[in-house]
Amino acid sequence: MAELIGKIIRVNGPVVQIRCQSNLKMLDMVEVGDEKLVGEIVRLKENIAYAQVYEDTTSLKAGDPVYSDRMPLSLELGPGLIGNIFDGIQRPLEIIRKQEGDFISRGLHVSTLEREKKWHFIPLKKQDEKVQPGDIIGEVEETSLIKHKIMIAPDAGEGILSYIADEGDYSVDETIAELDTGKGKYDVKMYHKWAVRKQRPYRNRIPPQQPLITGQRVIDALFPVAKGGCVAVPGGFGTGKTVVQHQLAKWSDADVVVFVGCGERGNEMTDVLTNFTKLVDPRTGKLLLERTVFIANTSNMPVAAREASIYTGITIAEYFRDMGYDVALMADSTSRWAEALRELSGRMEEIPLEEGFPAYLPARLAEFYERAGRVICLNGQTGSITVIASVSPPGGDFTEPVTSHTKRFIRCFWALDRDLAYSRHYPAISWIDSYSEYVDDIKNWWDTHTDGKWLGHRSMILDLLQKEQRLQQIVKLIGADVLPNTQKLILETCLLFKNAFLQQSAFDDTDTYCSARKQFLMFDAIIKFHNKSEELIKEGVEIPEIRESQVYQEIVRMKTKYTEKQLNELEKFVDSIEEQLEQLKK
Amino acid sequence: MNMHNLRQYTELEEIAGQLFVIKNIHNAGYNELVEITEENGTVRIGVTLEVGEGYAVVQVLGGTTGLSLKNCKIRFKGKPLEIGVSSDMLGRIFDGLGNPIDGMPKVVPEEIMNVNGTAMNPTARAYPENIIETGISTIDVMNTLVRGQKLPFFSGSGLPHDMIAAQIVRQARVKEEEFCIVFAGMGIKYDTARFFIKSFEETGVLDNVIMFLSLADSPSLTRLMTPRFALTAAEFLAFRKDMHVLVVLTDMSNYCEALRELSTMRGEIPARKGYPGYLYSDLASIYERAGRIKDKKGSITQIPILTMPNDDITHPVPDLTGYITEGQIVVDRELHARGIYPPISVLPSLSRLMKDNIGKGKTREDHPGLASQLFASYARTRDIKSIASIIGEEELSDLDHLYLKFGEEFETKFVNQGYNERRTLEESLELGWDIISILPEEELIRISQQQIKQRYRYKK
Repeated sequence: MAELIGKIIRVNGPVVQIRCQSNLKMLDMVEVGDEKLVGEIVRLKENIAYAQVYEDTTSLKAGDPVYSDRMPLSLELGPGLIGNIFDGIQRPLEIIRKQEGDFISRGLHVSTLEREKKWHFIPLKKQDEKVQPGDIIGEVEETSLIKHKIMIAPDAGEGILSYIADEGDYSVDETIAELDTGKGKYDVKMYHKWAVRKQRPYRNRIPPQQPLITGQRVIDALFPVAKGGCVAVPGGFGTGKTVVQHQLAKWSDADVVVFVGCGERGNEMTDVLTNFTKLVDPRTGKLLLERTVFIANTSNMPVAAREASIYTGITIAEYFRDMGYDVALMADSTSRWAEALRELSGRMEEIPLEEGFPAYLPARLAEFYERAGRVICLNGQTGSITVIASVSPPGGDFTEPVTSHTKRFIRCFWALDRDLAYSRHYPAISWIDSYSEYVDDIKNWWDTHTDGKWLGHRSMILDLLQKEQRLQQIVKLIGADVLPNTQKLILETCLLFKNAFLQQSAFDDTDTYCSARKQFLMFDAIIKFHNKSEELIKEGVEIPEIRESQVYQEIVRMKTKYTEKQLNELEKFVDSIEEQLEQLKK
Repeated sequence: MNMHNLRQYTELEEIAGQLFVIKNIHNAGYNELVEITEENGTVRIGVTLEVGEGYAVVQVLGGTTGLSLKNCKIRFKGKPLEIGVSSDMLGRIFDGLGNPIDGMPKVVPEEIMNVNGTAMNPTARAYPENIIETGISTIDVMNTLVRGQKLPFFSGSGLPHDMIAAQIVRQARVKEEEFCIVFAGMGIKYDTARFFIKSFEETGVLDNVIMFLSLADSPSLTRLMTPRFALTAAEFLAFRKDMHVLVVLTDMSNYCEALRELSTMRGEIPARKGYPGYLYSDLASIYERAGRIKDKKGSITQIPILTMPNDDITHPVPDLTGYITEGQIVVDRELHARGIYPPISVLPSLSRLMKDNIGKGKTREDHPGLASQLFASYARTRDIKSIASIIGEEELSDLDHLYLKFGEEFETKFVNQGYNERRTLEESLELGWDIISILPEEELIRISQQQIKQRYRYKK
């Protein structure tokens, strides 16, 4: 297999220089030193190759051997991904723990997918049928939620199935079909290999149409993201990026979720893992674990593997997209990935740009975000990848390179605000700085679900919130007393909207998830309240009377009072709001 | 062993600051231990920072003062920097490189461990649980400390962060379980070290403390190793000896400065404010060593202390720390100036692990709602105060006046407490209710109506 290709001549952290023959290719996988640490060729210069090594390089010496089979670093894509947790280069962490103990050692060579486990394969094609790359030839029920489609690899040729296995139990290593391309016969297994950094092909891209319903009111109602869209979630530390990511991983209505913990805390991964083995998806009633793939490269794991983890995540997402699924990829955090790029770039002595980041940072970001999208796959299925990427700007400064470049490649922006977080208004998504360009794409979906009222409600409340911000500046100068009642009402409605609607507790059993129907009813309640109060004020009702009324108190508490099963009662309440307010007229 | 490891070299190529370059050598491994023996027999140690064909760059721990290009013998040990650890280290004081400085003999090691540690497998981690009752209201009620957490103090020079840390150490003793403290002092003044030693003595916990002191006058690069020695000892006690270890690291700003110094000497490309681009990864390799492991009894809880230059929370050191640690406790100059102790500013403070460890069955059912309400109402108070400072208090509404009263009592009664005062969680929660009840019931929208019925003080 892997042959000796050269010797180490220099070690500088994770970057190793190798003197070797010139026939190595970029991105070839290498095994470095006696322990065979995994690395990847990132630069070639005459007879010197630079490799970034995915493991701790302590004790490597000049003169140590380097091996390679001249193949790119690849992922194994097949049954066994769902519910599993991998490191940045797709090594299964559970199995590593069983073999090596609680701390991660080096030079481990473990196969990604379990080899012994048998999967129940159901063929969907017949012998002698013609197949093309990407075609689905069979399926395996990987979990009760996910039917894992077995596909002809996108880089295999087209041809005829000269053999296909009968329905039965097979392990991933067994041949389940044989492809005759006319030039030769190839074994088809339930998994195939795919280079980590290579985008998987599709037939063509189509515009997004459906919202990704996340169950979070401020997102779905005000700044929605479409299935196939890209969102950035920037925020300083403590503003709740990770909680937003976790909430979306839990409640969004994607078919498959790929969660990439990129350079973040170990305990956060533990939190997700323990939660997902207990939490139940509100739509299907199944465990969330049954639709989730985890990639964990925590901040203290090797930095080169952190750089790779984003690619590992998106390639796995593309694989499930190719089966026709709507996939959501959570990347927490892309800033740590950019920092890994910076560190590796520095070690290779490249010329730095702003804040030490390499010149190719925007190109890499663009490449990554463009892999999201809604597509017609090679096999004719429609699938999508939604990317939700958190950004950790140093000092909460959104003008720094990673945030500002990211903004160029995304269409939805959930800006997390430190002041909101300080007053424990969560999710701390600022209604002033955030935006979504997907509103028009998904307008139809909401229209059919809310009698065409959503867009009107949305623009009305955004307008009120803008006005409120201006009024607050006046209040700061001269006090609220001098404002006319109609303007005071704007302050009052916005306060109510923030408390009753925007603020949503991730840790309250009822409030953590809010269905689209409940969101709209609550939205409607506040708009009704505002319109009716405006009328009352004109008739001389004072604002404190409105605020101290029973119905106001009820609106504040409707988010926790009505569970998803009591939406009809909520509807009744919303219908009665105007009538109840009417009674304030004496 | 490899014969090369016994080979000794005598000539250095270049000495710059605390680094030297040595040429014409073989078999030096990256990040390995180097022993430097001077003519008079004193031994220093160093670590290779870069190795290449026939050369190595070595960082000398303990400084290069007195070294010349030809007066020393260099030996590459062929292994990374290690420390011998033992339960007998409890009650002892060491320098930044693990040598005893309390006049007592060397400790006989039970085990030799690599000081760099290795990353804990994320699947092996157990989620931190069981709160540590510190006896300080602002921490227990609003920023709960949990066993296995890393919760730093963001402070400034001249603020009483040391006192607060000492108070926590004194009051947070866990009943009936093996509990110990590992203290790492990096670049701190002798007075600070003395203060902690005295405080440990008074509390009678000194026998349960291991101290690693790299004081301000010792070479700055030894500071880079000090927290690693300390955490290696902590890992041994926690995961081999089933103890609950509280690690106090002070002052992390000094640590980061030493890292910046080293990086600059090596001519690396700086990121922000001259700190190296890998500062985040480097800090993570320290902070992430806190935690718990499944099926093991012990735990490591970290309280790193750092002084923010110019009280600037966006400075790279507190900023990157905040991104790694599970929250932060912010010590505030204004509160301190007003004579409030502990001057903990609750709004920018945060405990990320609090959410899963308080409430019904864990602390008290009303805890989450009350804490959230205190945060929200106090934040509102601050807004009202800033309006009042412009338009004058007379112009405020009655409700606003109640908020101001709430804010005042919150600071003087809830935040403020004595250095020796230990409030139980129960007492702190009740105090919280006393104060929140200044506000009218309708304002308490974060607390469930049932809780209000049960505990609201009806002061109308």
